[in-house]
Amino acid sequence: MLSHRDFARSFRDAIRGGVAPENATACQPAETERRFDVYRNNVAHSLSQALARHYPVIERLLGEECFNGTARLFIDQYPPRTPVLTEWGEEFAAFLAEIETFQSLTYLPDVAQIEWARSRAYHSADADPMMPRDLQAIAQEAGEKLRLFLHPSVQVLQMLTPAGSIWASQQPGGAPAPTAAQWAPETVLIARKGLAEVVTRTVPAPIGRFISALLNGRTFAEAQASAGEGFELNAAFLLLVENALIVGAGRKGGNGK
Amino acid sequence: MTLPRKPGLGFKPEHFPTIAETRPDLGFFEIHAENYMGAGGLPHAMLQRLREDYALSVHGVGLSIGGPDPLDRGHLARLKALCDRYDPESFSEHLAWASHGGAWMHDLLPLPYTQETLNLVCDHVDEVQEHLGRQMLLENPATYVLFDNSDIPETAFLSEISRRTGCGLLLDVNNVFVSCVNHRQDPRAYLAEFPLAQIGEVHLAGHEEEDLPSGPFLIDSHGREVAEPVWALYAEIVSKIGPLPSLIEWDNDVPAFPVLMAEAERARTILEGQSHALAS
Repeated sequence: MLSHRDFARSFRDAIRGGVAPENATACQPAETERRFDVYRNNVAHSLSQALARHYPVIERLLGEECFNGTARLFIDQYPPRTPVLTEWGEEFAAFLAEIETFQSLTYLPDVAQIEWARSRAYHSADADPMMPRDLQAIAQEAGEKLRLFLHPSVQVLQMLTPAGSIWASQQPGGAPAPTAAQWAPETVLIARKGLAEVVTRTVPAPIGRFISALLNGRTFAEAQASAGEGFELNAAFLLLVENALIVGAGRKGGNGK
Repeated sequence: MTLPRKPGLGFKPEHFPTIAETRPDLGFFEIHAENYMGAGGLPHAMLQRLREDYALSVHGVGLSIGGPDPLDRGHLARLKALCDRYDPESFSEHLAWASHGGAWMHDLLPLPYTQETLNLVCDHVDEVQEHLGRQMLLENPATYVLFDNSDIPETAFLSEISRRTGCGLLLDVNNVFVSCVNHRQDPRAYLAEFPLAQIGEVHLAGHEEEDLPSGPFLIDSHGREVAEPVWALYAEIVSKIGPLPSLIEWDNDVPAFPVLMAEAERARTILEGQSHALAS
């Protein structure tokens, strides 16, 4: 007799397009396959919907039909390894990069990376911004050894395509997507400001390098040195402060924020 | 700690401003546990605020209690963290499975009812209750196929799980109706066999109807009003055993808040009609 484990395996195979498990039946046995379709449809629908929640701009760029077809291929190759759907779908950018038909859409995986970073930022831990007065006091005390701690949601993506501008062009009231003449690499900052607003902003590359260095544990001075030519400290600092992203500070080698 | 014997609603984030502003008269809100497993941000801020005014039911969809795999320890730990954080009046899950070999299908899949699966489900319910340190409710499923090796009726299966593990039951009246219509069975006969005394919560939801050569085929869609025959069955249950915590479940094509409140008011009329009848 079919063990429960074998049953579950054959059920899963049936969901992926095989025939219904051998013990599946119905009051009219001839209708079993048709009834079993509800499970096939539910699984495909709930997973492609979950993917569309992470990647609404990819869905808009590809169109619903093309997105759903792509989602089904992705689901086959990368089924969720977790019951928490907000944590599933990270490989979608790399998956898109491998698809033959999309080879000319070089920006597509980059836009997907932005959307995944936005999902992560939305769900990331909370942290209150530092009061400017406290920050100033620590900065004076730490001098060259000052370290800044950024909000847990902060991510910097260095892209070879203008994916930030393309993402923004798909938002309500967004500027048109860049033309071929405007095509250039972009650095995108993604972070959550407060509880709900996920900031997605194209920033100058040196500011991106500066923030990345802070995220990697470099001191303020080291981060500044690694930012490279054209770095504007005031602009970088303003960006972090006005989005409430500096949540702690300390002296390198010391403890605490 | 139990849910108030009043109507409740599934919490939808888009309704949060209305709820915070108007504080509607409801017994409780219910959330899907898996939607609140991020570290922070708006979902938790809203839930925290909601919790201050209302009783809370945490309803899991991802434990795969009826599956052959061992329960996912990481997921149990996440559920425990969520329950410890919000201390809900109720935690519930499904008589269903969702994962195989570590891959999740994200649907509530049916299982044959046999001695093997009965022992398995009881072990899993024991494990959940032990891990969370609280009693859980187990919900009856909506099903679309039968299994020829099932040799225990669903009602007897649920009774025995409750008897062995001490868990309560979540009676989804729409699921009863959907399954019984689909399998050409009598929902009243099902309910006559259901261990009504173990019910800790009732679910009410809408379904879609399709046609098969053999007759109607219902899909548990959670996307519309509760159907008339489901209200009738609900009223019969309430008249038999008195008011129960009663949730309106509407998860797809979610309407404006007043539409949900109208459904909750209809449940209230039935619940209060019954308390008046009992009092007089």
